[in-house]
Amino acid sequence: MEEYEMFGYYLDLALRSLKRNRVLTALMVLALALGIGATITTLTVLRLLSGDPLPQKSAQLFYPQVDPYPAGKPFSRSGQMPWLMSYVDAMNLLHAGKAQRQTALARSRVKVMPKTQEGKPFYADSVMTTADFFPMFDAPFQYGAGWSAADDDSRAQVAVIAGFLNDKLFGGANSVGRMIRIEDHDFRVIGVLKPWAPQPRFYGLHLGGRDYGNGEGVFMPLLGARADGIGPSMMMSYGPGASMEHLETSPSIWLGVWLELPDASAVSAYRLFLADYAQQQVALGRFQKSRTALSGLMQWLRNEHVVPDDARLQTGMAFGFLLICVVNTVGLLLAKCLRRSREIGVRRALGASRSAIFGQFMAEAAIVGVAGGALGLVFAELGLWGIRHQPAQYASLAHLNLPMFLFTFVVALAASLVAGLLPAWRACAVAPAPQLKAN
Amino acid sequence: MELRPIFSTLRRHKTTAWLLILEIALTCAIVCNAVFLIGQRLQRMDLPSGIAEHELVQIQLGPIGKNADAKAQSATDLAALRQIAGVRQAAMTNQMPFSCCSDSTGSIMLDPHQQQGTAQVAEFMGGAGLLSTLGAELVEGRDFQPSEYVDFDAAVQALHDGNARGLPQEIILTRGLAERLWPGQEALGRTVYFGDALPFRVIGVVASLARPKQLEQGVQYSAVLPIRMTVADGSSYILRTAPQDREAILKAAVAKLKQLDPNRVVLVKRTYDDARREYFAGDRAMAGILVGVILALLTVTALGIVGLASFWVGQRRRTIGVRRALGATRGDILHYFQAENFLLASFGIALGMVLAYGINLFLMLHYELPRLPGIYFPVGALVLWGIGQLAVLGPALRAANVPPVVATRSV
Repeated sequence: MEEYEMFGYYLDLALRSLKRNRVLTALMVLALALGIGATITTLTVLRLLSGDPLPQKSAQLFYPQVDPYPAGKPFSRSGQMPWLMSYVDAMNLLHAGKAQRQTALARSRVKVMPKTQEGKPFYADSVMTTADFFPMFDAPFQYGAGWSAADDDSRAQVAVIAGFLNDKLFGGANSVGRMIRIEDHDFRVIGVLKPWAPQPRFYGLHLGGRDYGNGEGVFMPLLGARADGIGPSMMMSYGPGASMEHLETSPSIWLGVWLELPDASAVSAYRLFLADYAQQQVALGRFQKSRTALSGLMQWLRNEHVVPDDARLQTGMAFGFLLICVVNTVGLLLAKCLRRSREIGVRRALGASRSAIFGQFMAEAAIVGVAGGALGLVFAELGLWGIRHQPAQYASLAHLNLPMFLFTFVVALAASLVAGLLPAWRACAVAPAPQLKAN
Repeated sequence: MELRPIFSTLRRHKTTAWLLILEIALTCAIVCNAVFLIGQRLQRMDLPSGIAEHELVQIQLGPIGKNADAKAQSATDLAALRQIAGVRQAAMTNQMPFSCCSDSTGSIMLDPHQQQGTAQVAEFMGGAGLLSTLGAELVEGRDFQPSEYVDFDAAVQALHDGNARGLPQEIILTRGLAERLWPGQEALGRTVYFGDALPFRVIGVVASLARPKQLEQGVQYSAVLPIRMTVADGSSYILRTAPQDREAILKAAVAKLKQLDPNRVVLVKRTYDDARREYFAGDRAMAGILVGVILALLTVTALGIVGLASFWVGQRRRTIGVRRALGATRGDILHYFQAENFLLASFGIALGMVLAYGINLFLMLHYELPRLPGIYFPVGALVLWGIGQLAVLGPALRAANVPPVVATRSV
């Protein structure tokens, strides 16, 4: 109880002192708020960019890579593994079925023709994939369900569509069983997804298309879509004779393969299998290099530098900025404290302990911190508003959430308390006697 | 101005003086690097494309599946587009300099047995009139002749069959690429190889033609191939017109294309200026953010200097009064504070330069940035000295206005 009263007393003293030097106080709060605002703005963006796109599942998802490139014409001069897989390798891995679940996919932009007379054709982002895609990535269904492995093999002309496309084409009604026309072929709708769009779209990396924002509108069986001549957005060739028409047989990589491996033993077993597979391909003469890679989802995102350098630079700069603001606050608080040496001397002579003086100055710093945090929040909102008007894909997703909101005050308080340490220590070191004598 | 009294005063305010020096040093380090980054961005945004930027518009239609008529349709479209009043030239191309989405590249070789390509080259493809429509300036040799053009689908088939005769035999390079391949030598008549040792003879050199993307591979490393494109390959119509007519031509052209086939989807319609602006939008935004950070930083630092200087002036009122009473003029007092700030700023700047250099080294390691040019150091110093003097002026003037009578007054 007594401590609580003491704290209230320090607060009261601090407030009085801050009021006495309004301009100086305003300067401190403003400087701290600018630093906090910049830091929180960039941290929000960084968190958005480096976040886990599928938190409940990411630890079990893995991306395998093999290298079919000839030794003399490598995929990259810096020794990177090829980003994608050829059709033959992807199908070999899928059919081997060594993982709990496995899927191969490519992205494409497809023309969708509404059934109604007045409807105009439009383009939608799509994914060509295999049956395991939906259960592996926890895609939630509003109506119906995904297709089966048998549908994959029979090249079924079926499609799963996103909720927003269902709204656009069928007014949001249950459209399972209805037909939609994609690239001049009829597909039967067998499922409608609830809003679902992992950020970033980890499975679409290097497959063309957008990595942030709304998800794809159409999901089709890979073989069925290929039978209709629908081609992928991204294709890279590693030998002569690669062409869009003969994708399945030509030396080109255009598919991403994903695996679900439930535990560490499954991962190491798959590693062995993959190494074996590459050795076999070398023996068969299909590969010249037997190197392989198997990365977890988050590792894959880190390897491929999903967080742009600009965002990192901005964050680094914001922290530099915050550091300068803290130094600034230390200087100003110290100036204030030294100016009040006489007052401190008097209080000390009248019996205030060193810790009382220390507490009083730290309370002052804390008040500056909380005020700086509040104003910093305003600056952060302004900064994020600015980010949302940037041309980046992720721009529209930049919002302050509750944890960041609380974090703002933690940062502000921590910064101001660190800034307050030196002045408070100097203040409590003031000796009582000389100050009285001077007068 | 005598500096000794300033030093002895500062020695009594060691901590605050050091804090101010530290603040100036950090500001100097960050501002130098931020200005450098801005310079880098502006330089990028200013890269020449080599084409008649202000006279071009681009229209891209959605490919219409496997359309056997794509060739005929593209020809009809082009003829119709050329009919529009105000259109000077029209052509199709697979890609444009500095623009998103389409980017076809290949590894170029000087020797058919070479293991690794000499450079990664952007391949521009288009039918007759592409170079003159784009406005790329031919500086050596000639443009392609009508007999040298090959249809895209035929070229793909030839490539697939390994039949080099079905492919074009000629190529036009940029001067930048020719210089890279044969420094200081004649390029015309030489042979380069793509893919599986497929030969192409250099018949012309254009002054400049920037690549669409992957600028780090060499902005000017581009080549033009005589391959006729169609709508089905995702190519665009490029129209050349007078700069003031662009918007009107764009509208008229889209209307004309829709009139020819109302079921077509227009994927892209824009002036080249817009395409270029869009491409560099990220750089512009980053430069804008950096300017904002610099201004905020300089403001905070200036406010810090004002705060500390005001405090010092308040603390030394008596001393100032004594000096005034002993004959110091207002100017003396003013100059004293100005000199003091200059001294602190100089220490800060010296420390800041070391820091700036360190940060630059770090950025060079992690972000592939070049070295900070020496010119930034004197300019950064001048800016910070200026800001310091500006910030201290107010408090120094207040100090100069302290009347001598303060000395005799007991506070």
